[in-house]
Amino acid sequence: MFVLIIDYGSGNIKSVYNSVKKVLNDYDMSIEVKVSDNLLEIKNAFKIILPGVGSFNQCMDRINKTKDLVGTLNDQIITKKKPFLGICVGMQILADYGYENIKTKGLSWINGEVKSMKNFTDNSQNLKIPHMGWNNLSVNNKTINLLHNINDEDQFYFVHSYFFDVRNKKNIICNTKYGIDIPAIINDDNIFGFQFHPEKSGSSGLKILYNWLKLS
Amino acid sequence: MLSKRVIPCLDVHNGRTVKGINFVDLIDAGDPAEQAKLYNDLGADELCFLDISATNEERKTLFNIVSKVAESCFIPLTVGGGIKDNSDINNLLKSGADKVSINSAAVFEPDLIKKASDSFGCQCIVLAIDAYKDNNNVKSGYNVSTHGGKKKTNIDALQWAIEGEKNGAGEILLTSMNADGTKLGYDIELTSKISSEVSIPVIASGGAGKPLDMVNVLKKGGASAVLAASIFHFGIYTIENVKKEMLKYDISIRKTW
Repeated sequence: MFVLIIDYGSGNIKSVYNSVKKVLNDYDMSIEVKVSDNLLEIKNAFKIILPGVGSFNQCMDRINKTKDLVGTLNDQIITKKKPFLGICVGMQILADYGYENIKTKGLSWINGEVKSMKNFTDNSQNLKIPHMGWNNLSVNNKTINLLHNINDEDQFYFVHSYFFDVRNKKNIICNTKYGIDIPAIINDDNIFGFQFHPEKSGSSGLKILYNWLKLS
Repeated sequence: MLSKRVIPCLDVHNGRTVKGINFVDLIDAGDPAEQAKLYNDLGADELCFLDISATNEERKTLFNIVSKVAESCFIPLTVGGGIKDNSDINNLLKSGADKVSINSAAVFEPDLIKKASDSFGCQCIVLAIDAYKDNNNVKSGYNVSTHGGKKKTNIDALQWAIEGEKNGAGEILLTSMNADGTKLGYDIELTSKISSEVSIPVIASGGAGKPLDMVNVLKKGGASAVLAASIFHFGIYTIENVKKEMLKYDISIRKTW
């Protein structure tokens, strides 16, 4: 049984790998972790993580360039309901469209659009963009297993200039506040997305990765 | 609410930390990975490695260090020093660095920031500015220096920061060469001048002597983060001391104790 981190040439795969590996070791979980873009591995994986660094359009370009990747992912995640986690831009590309650099079609797994934060934050507050650093989550529903042991003092590392404007509020598990409410954890059934980087969020990040890995 | 960040900076030379932490018994006090782990445990919000190696041969060890640090350190890591082109950046990011800071090279090759930001995203490109006060020369009163402050230029630090943002830098690491090493506090005037004119975060650096200095540059200078080296390395103050002082002044922090 293994968790697969999809390597499509985007950014900090290694940090994600290291953090998952650390959680699996620390909690003595009998799961392995692999990094690959091999379609067969995607089919055989028990859970899938899609990291993402860079821009929406670059990430989508890379995914589209990998032959049959979108088709395989659609089959595994949407049809077969395999557990999935998208991180940062890996979450954003689940949207219908992104507007970073150029309007780009996303995977359309969770309805909404990814827009620049600049047009939404109040300039009088002199908020810096990117939203960079540690922020906490405003949790609406503490009973869900993903947030087990996560409390108000836990903070997570964010770095982004665009945000996922989620259409159906029921898909938002937590927001973070930065001028406006920014969806920080989104969900639809077997699909989760984190706007923050759990792999860079110290012990809080490892805790939430553990919770996700444990979800059945 | 977004927390203000406290960032210890470690100098690395030929794969070893110099002037590193020397208030605790580390098995190997010159090992960057051990020091990184310790600062991670002590509540650092980010880490900054500055490679001061003079030759490329010495610098090669950096990739191994970064990759070793990334195995045990789950907070953001910025690496700077001697970065000349996209291939250096690519190697560092692949090794596990989250951001790279570019200093002198940006002065000599003005396209570098733009090229780097286009290829890797603005989130990982930090423009490091070593500024010194020169009242008669440029409009802002601060010039850019290179080579660790040894060489002065006629570039206005404020204009340089604005241009850096335009070219796609995601953050500015602003060091006051006048305040650096004095322990008399950050240059609030410089920090405030730059921070109020750019929309990207500014990390204040140079001059930290006590926790109140950090409070002042965050409150009055508009900095998003504070960087310090010696006050942490010598155990004069801990990161917790600094964060507790920040709390007293209602600055939001990431509580790590």
